[in-house]
Amino acid sequence: MWPRLEARAEPSNAMRYASPLLAVALTLLGGLVIFAALGKNPIEGFRVFFLSPLKDAYGWAELLLKATPLMLIAVGLAVGFRANVWNIGAEGQFIVGAIAGGGVALYFSGSTSPLLLPMMVVAGAIGGALWASVPALLRTKFNANEILVSLMLVYIAQLLVSWLVHGPWKDPEGFNFPQTKMFADSAILPILVEGTRLNAAFLIALGALLAGYVFMHRSFMGFQMQVAGQAEAAARYAGFSAQRTIWTGLLAGGAMAGIAGMGEVSGPMGQLTEHVSNNYGFAAIIVAFVGRLNPIGIFFASLLMALLYLGGEQAQQYLSLPSSISKVFQGMLLFFLLGADVFVNYRLRWSGGKNR
Amino acid sequence: MKPRLELRGIRKVYPAVVANDGIDLTVMPGEIHAVLGENGAGKSTLMKIIYGVTRQTEGEMFWEGEPVTPANPAHARTLGIGMVFQHFSLFETLTVVENVALALPEAPDLEALSRQIFEVSERYGLPVDPRRLVHALSVGERQRVEIIRCLLQSPKLLIMDEPTSVLTPQAVRKLFETLRKLAAEGCSILYISHKLDEIQELCHTATVLRAGKVTGTCKPAEETPKSMARLMIGKDLPVPQHGVAAEDGEVRLKLAGLSHASDDPFGTDLKDIHLEVRSGEIVGIAGVSGNGQQELMYAVSGEEPLAEKFPVQILAAQAGRMRPGRRRKLGMGFVPEERLGRGAVPRMSLADNALLTAHRRGMLKHGLIDFKAVAAFARECIAKYNVKCGGPEAQAKSLSGGNLQKYIMGREILQQPKLLVVAQPTWGVDVGAAAFIRQALIDLRTSGTAILVISEELDELFEICDRIAVIANGRLSPTKRTAETNVEEIGVWMSGMWPGSESETGESRVA
Repeated sequence: MWPRLEARAEPSNAMRYASPLLAVALTLLGGLVIFAALGKNPIEGFRVFFLSPLKDAYGWAELLLKATPLMLIAVGLAVGFRANVWNIGAEGQFIVGAIAGGGVALYFSGSTSPLLLPMMVVAGAIGGALWASVPALLRTKFNANEILVSLMLVYIAQLLVSWLVHGPWKDPEGFNFPQTKMFADSAILPILVEGTRLNAAFLIALGALLAGYVFMHRSFMGFQMQVAGQAEAAARYAGFSAQRTIWTGLLAGGAMAGIAGMGEVSGPMGQLTEHVSNNYGFAAIIVAFVGRLNPIGIFFASLLMALLYLGGEQAQQYLSLPSSISKVFQGMLLFFLLGADVFVNYRLRWSGGKNR
Repeated sequence: MKPRLELRGIRKVYPAVVANDGIDLTVMPGEIHAVLGENGAGKSTLMKIIYGVTRQTEGEMFWEGEPVTPANPAHARTLGIGMVFQHFSLFETLTVVENVALALPEAPDLEALSRQIFEVSERYGLPVDPRRLVHALSVGERQRVEIIRCLLQSPKLLIMDEPTSVLTPQAVRKLFETLRKLAAEGCSILYISHKLDEIQELCHTATVLRAGKVTGTCKPAEETPKSMARLMIGKDLPVPQHGVAAEDGEVRLKLAGLSHASDDPFGTDLKDIHLEVRSGEIVGIAGVSGNGQQELMYAVSGEEPLAEKFPVQILAAQAGRMRPGRRRKLGMGFVPEERLGRGAVPRMSLADNALLTAHRRGMLKHGLIDFKAVAAFARECIAKYNVKCGGPEAQAKSLSGGNLQKYIMGREILQQPKLLVVAQPTWGVDVGAAAFIRQALIDLRTSGTAILVISEELDELFEICDRIAVIANGRLSPTKRTAETNVEEIGVWMSGMWPGSESETGESRVA
């Protein structure tokens, strides 16, 4: 008797939306098992990982702070993912956005103009979009796979920021640490809630979710991209431009990742360093899928992912677990989501002996 | 005499539909038995049960008197059941003998097998060279390979699924001779079709299915096509109302020396095609499939734009390099042969699928979608074209082939195109819906639209077209008025031999 996957005639729509919830539940269960396997009390581990980060208002503000870049990047990526444009390099676009936004802050370091911050946002968006335009160009001109190109550009971006903060942009008074000098106050995003680190980037992220919703669900361009994602031949038949779909998909993801990168250096960090990204660019891919490529879903998925980040920090502190515990949870979440999705579309059949 | 095959009370239930409901069927040795029915009547499901592809929910199958349930096609073949599918399962990059060898349980000696293939093909009048590569074969020849593959196992029952849909009239006649010879030697044949004249000519008995049930058993020789059609669709077939074709309307589509090399290594290159389609007429292009129809459609629709402008002229505009969107803007409508995935997005609603091509009809405001206008258009299309569905929100893939085709035709016609290009308007569509679609095309033509129809069904072209041309091996014949030609002549042309053609050299793709 061997199990065999058999396509379901009519995958349940309800299950399609339930599968992320199921994945979350399984991730929590898996977490309990892992805590137990590491010799920790699972209930205590659960409490430290998932509940203690949210015990006060500061904790909630940290949650929203961590969710902000995830939301921004994921909604941008969703635009492309819905059209089967696979931008895997948001991490690199995030870094280049941070470099561009940070570069403006450093160049105008004496300025107190209120226009400085908007300029930095625009610079971040342009930087990220520029980085994403490389895979778009290579895909449309030479049919180069955008997954590989965008991914490889991540490493180039990491080396680029490394070179900048070790070299030309290094803070001369920074005791040789690989970082720029701190940005001026006029280049720092305003704090939303006194006593926390939650800043205006969160509002930008909410705006991006709204804009993403209108684009994906109300605009004709969004419709065209969805057609391109679901049935390429139909898009061609209807006369929708495949090149425009690829460009739009990649530039949307790049620009949003760039803004997120700018928000990071201009927010909690206040300077550009080598470690500007916390893996947000990759985690946001998981967020986009857990959120079913839907802005409302992405909102909640980014909160969940942010909680995994915070829980990981708490687990380091109070359970003396390694920091990679966060990534284990991210991995479990993606694994269980993909697994649940398989069973939404397929069922197991037990068949006796050889078939055909 | 013991029946070769007997089915009793076969019932097959799928999650959403009962495909077969209490079907009884008896086939005697040497009998050619037709299974007649519209699309979705349950013919294919029944054949799959007999061939072991799927299993019945209820009911019994007897093979030469013994109860059996074929576990899989290999089991069915050991019983002596062979099947020739509508869509061939051959590897194009392998030779004929290699393809045949692949279906055998053990690796055979290719030399000996070639001799065997040669003998069988001689005996049944199925000429084909075992050493040739399949991609170089015509569709008719490929079908012969499939039949030979079955015959090598000396079947007692041969199932043929819509075998003539890809053949010229002459090739159909040859196939019938082969089948009669087989039957005379005692092989039973189950012949699936919805073509009434063929069944009358060939079959001894017919079992008629409608909506999964047997609605009658008859001797086709004693029936008329009309009486069998009534059994099949439950009512009389409407006769198309013609009306007069406009003479010398303005030229809406002009192909001026269209040549295009196909990207596909197994595709057909278009060679110097000339054609004019005028306002108020239907021009048909006949031909055996794979002779350049697809490539021609892509070139006319703009899905594969050309390098030069002049070879395709749409409403006097040189459109060769335009993409489909711009050609539509000029007033062209277009229905491709693949409905799901090209003419419609399978998992989108009918309303969204209206938006796909009809968005220029006031469905957009500042780049945003006016969902009310979209739904209104979809509802109008559903009502006017009699589309059976769950409403504008129903997914395209939930519709039967015929209903989706009506919807797509309706969507294009409601946009009042000045030029409409249609491929296979009734392919896989049941008889009732096909009559409806043909009438809609004729009405549109009478209202002044120029229509180009590319179809492999000759009867259909003769029914609706004012002029007919033939495409063979990427070349297009001159057009002839339908009234001044006949099936025989067009059939000869389909093998590439029309007056002034250069294919007496035998390079044509037709058997």
